[in-house]
Amino acid sequence: MSGPVAVLESAGSSGALLVLSIVVPVAAALVAFVAGGRRTAWIALAALPVGLAVAVAIAAKVPQTGGALVYLLGGWAPPLGVALRADGLSAVMLVVTACVVAAIGVYARADFRVAAGAAEERAPFTFWILLLGVWGGLNTVFLAGDLFTLYVALEILTFAAVPLVCLDGRAETLQAALRYLLFALLGSVLYLAGTTLLYGAYGTLDVVLLSRLVTAEPAVLVAGSLMTVGLLAKTALVPLHLWLPPAHAGAPPAGSALLSALVVKGSFFIVVRLWFDVMPGLQSVAATQMLSALGATAILLGSVVALRQERLKLLIAYSTLAQIGYLFLMFALAYDAGAASMLKGDALAGGMLQAMSHAAAKAAMFMAAGSIYTALGHDRIAALAGAGRRVPGAVAAFALGGLALVGLPPSGAYLAKELLLRSAADTGQWWWAVVIQAGGAFTCAYLLLVLARVLGPVNRTATADETTDETATKRGRVGWSQQAAALALAACSLALGLVDWSAWLPVPPGTRLSSSLVDTIAAAVWPVLAGGVLAVLLGRWTPPPRGRLQQAAAALGPLRRAGVALGAGFCRADAFLRQWPVAGLSLLALAIVFGAALSARY
Amino acid sequence: MSETIVFGLCAAVVAGLGLYGAIVNPQPLRKILAFNLLGSGVFLFFGVVARRGAAAGFPGDPIPQALVITGVVVAFSATALALALLLRYFDATGSASLRDGAASNAGPESTDA
Amino acid sequence: MTIVPALDLFVAGVVLIVAVWTVVARDSSSAVVGFVAYGLLLALVWVRLGAPDVALTEAAIGSGLTGALLIGAAARLRAGESSTSAEHLGGVGRTLVAALATIVAAAIAVALLSLPDPAPSLAPEAAANAGATGLGNPITNVLMAFRAMDTMLEKFVLVIALVGVWSLAPDGAWGGRPRSYHRADPEGALVFLARVLPPLGVVLGIYVLWVSADHPGGAFQGATILAAMWLVVLMAGLGDVPEVGRQQLRLMLVAGPVVFLIVGLGGLLLGGAFLSYPQDWAKPVILAIEFAMILTVAATLALLVAGPPERSAEP
Repeated sequence: MSGPVAVLESAGSSGALLVLSIVVPVAAALVAFVAGGRRTAWIALAALPVGLAVAVAIAAKVPQTGGALVYLLGGWAPPLGVALRADGLSAVMLVVTACVVAAIGVYARADFRVAAGAAEERAPFTFWILLLGVWGGLNTVFLAGDLFTLYVALEILTFAAVPLVCLDGRAETLQAALRYLLFALLGSVLYLAGTTLLYGAYGTLDVVLLSRLVTAEPAVLVAGSLMTVGLLAKTALVPLHLWLPPAHAGAPPAGSALLSALVVKGSFFIVVRLWFDVMPGLQSVAATQMLSALGATAILLGSVVALRQERLKLLIAYSTLAQIGYLFLMFALAYDAGAASMLKGDALAGGMLQAMSHAAAKAAMFMAAGSIYTALGHDRIAALAGAGRRVPGAVAAFALGGLALVGLPPSGAYLAKELLLRSAADTGQWWWAVVIQAGGAFTCAYLLLVLARVLGPVNRTATADETTDETATKRGRVGWSQQAAALALAACSLALGLVDWSAWLPVPPGTRLSSSLVDTIAAAVWPVLAGGVLAVLLGRWTPPPRGRLQQAAAALGPLRRAGVALGAGFCRADAFLRQWPVAGLSLLALAIVFGAALSARY
Repeated sequence: MSETIVFGLCAAVVAGLGLYGAIVNPQPLRKILAFNLLGSGVFLFFGVVARRGAAAGFPGDPIPQALVITGVVVAFSATALALALLLRYFDATGSASLRDGAASNAGPESTDA
Repeated sequence: MTIVPALDLFVAGVVLIVAVWTVVARDSSSAVVGFVAYGLLLALVWVRLGAPDVALTEAAIGSGLTGALLIGAAARLRAGESSTSAEHLGGVGRTLVAALATIVAAAIAVALLSLPDPAPSLAPEAAANAGATGLGNPITNVLMAFRAMDTMLEKFVLVIALVGVWSLAPDGAWGGRPRSYHRADPEGALVFLARVLPPLGVVLGIYVLWVSADHPGGAFQGATILAAMWLVVLMAGLGDVPEVGRQQLRLMLVAGPVVFLIVGLGGLLLGGAFLSYPQDWAKPVILAIEFAMILTVAATLALLVAGPPERSAEP
């Protein structure tokens, strides 16, 4: 994408947009911090459209540059100075981030407002500043052209994200936040260890300069594996996921949306930078296949455990685990063994498109789940019937977001799946095609499980305890703006496949929904059918006491028992992997294995 | 330049010790301590790299040295945040154990057929 | 010549012994004490590596302030130590972790030893561009000019971390003061120290900043000294931690990054680049940023040590 020309020169005045994209959230956070009270929220909300406009302006400029928009901070060129660079990948991530942050901001207005009579309250004050902090950190991640600046950005992201987990101050969420922070810190130190080795080898940390210099030396191989594993720990790729489910499920809805949709994409984006931009020629078949195999494991483990959840928010959190796995499938597909290099093509475009679609869809689903919780006073999946009447907008957002994730046309995930499948066919790696299709079916399975409850008849036995005093007092009203924000994001995710992405992503012009109506329907039908079967076999459900369904369930008997046993086994495996010492061991083992896999070629 | 070899090896051992401590020690406070040890080992790598790059009359390459100063402040912020979380958790539960409620997901299987 | 490598080996050996102690010590408090000693020894290593600026930072922040935080936490956590047997690893597990950690450390050591010789270095470039800011200390040049963005973002890290710490306050205490630091009896030595030290400390802190233009030192190190002085005053009971709801305090907490941003955007508007300085005014502008920063950093560091507000605001 980025040609060798002009990577070290500022792109004139439009380069200043890159500065603004970081300065807007940072300055807003600082001003909001001083202003305090009700003004904190207003300043944050005012910054959202400004930042979105800057992001769109950058995305409009990038294709005109023919590569990347570059800005030299302070006028100092790398290696002495630090450059900001926006290529197509940065541009699309900036825009998606701004959109999702804006929707979360609209959604959070009702949840984080200062109560009447109070001058300032803890949760609203900290939430709005941390939201801006996450945004500023992410924009820096997408734009920084220097590995150490990326480290600082990662830390901004972590420090802003962790307190969001425990804003309610409950012991469980405090514990989740602490585990998250401690594991994330291990990850960032490993990343930092890698940067020092790269500096020691080449005397620069600039991404473009490094990409021209790196060769397979011991220091680079060690650096590559340490940085990759450190970033995987922050992205919560299985088996380094101990912190994610409790943190993402325990945070307040707006926080969960932010964490699940965007924060994990920050470290993911740096993995992409590292593998595709800094050291594309150093990867090996073993390393790329291994990374994608971890992704496949994440899809399987996350999906099956999601099917076994009793609570909606935990189900969505495990779905994130599975979707993170999906993002890593592109690494095996993008590796060209002939050229011995990572190629920027269909696979990369598909992976990035998947990241964007997941960002919008997952934020919508967590926001919808928050509204459902508020409306019903609980989020037990077994007792979700009737949610459709109370919060129709939220339920629609959940369903649309889910369908977008499954990859029904014209969603971004559909196009992503097409691109990944095409790349699997081109490179003859049919096994990844199987994983990709299975991932869609699994996503459909847990979506169906929830929708069947929500839209199904009100189950008397399950709703008996729903009317207890406890849940009744927890019920609240959900404003239309919250449901509209979730619905808008879900619709965005569903429409992402209609855009021609060739200006930003490495795909040929005109790549968009190409298939005929018949193909489209087939593409929609089969994951739904397969998902239905998976949901019936593995999901958590109770057969109704009477009727034909009862007979059908009885006929399923042995298969169903096997499915339940399998599900329980996966849950135990998940609980085992999520123990701190086991996750720590996995971290070390992965670092060593990656190091070995990277050096396997030589 | 023998000091870069001596302290380079020393830093690697410190980092290894930090990794070991962070994984093995059950108390969160000791994990935070080990994280600081690990961090200081990594900062020493920068110091060794800087010293090796001594040139132009400077005793060391100023770029990695400056990066360490930034890194130390970031590590301090991390420690402060982690300890504040730990103390709040301790006040809320009276325990400083980090054991995750593994049971919350294995879950009762009673609702199944 | 043989005496110097021998001395290095000795220092490295002592550092390692103390490091091992902080990991294996049974009692958390003694591990923390070990860590503080380790930090001070490390400052010695940094001097040997030709980095007096880092040595100052390591001693002041890495050992001093981090030590203060850890000692306070260890004292409060002592009651709960016995109940922390969860997630304990058996002998086999420990051996496995030790083996894997050894492999990782060995790989890093091999990587470090295999780095090219002569080493790539930006020192010549830094020297060639030293005139651009009029400052003689190369590290101040890096932090304030070549990599000013990192320094600005790092101030933002401090603010975000502080907001994170404050977010842990009980709702009722919002806007109030952090836990009291008052520990000493009114006639004790600490009170005496708290009366004598701060004026000296403030002078020293500002001196460290002032000379940093040309000599080792800088805003961080100066700020740490100021923060330490403030903490001594708090511990002696001669002052109280301010209420976090106060606007003056908040202004002080963002002054550094705000001045940094204004100067940065000023550079942009005046036709230069973001975070570039006007040619002839570079030195005074940088010193102005550093003075704003020293206040901000000192206040932020001290408040990070003080923790979240726990006492409700007085009416």
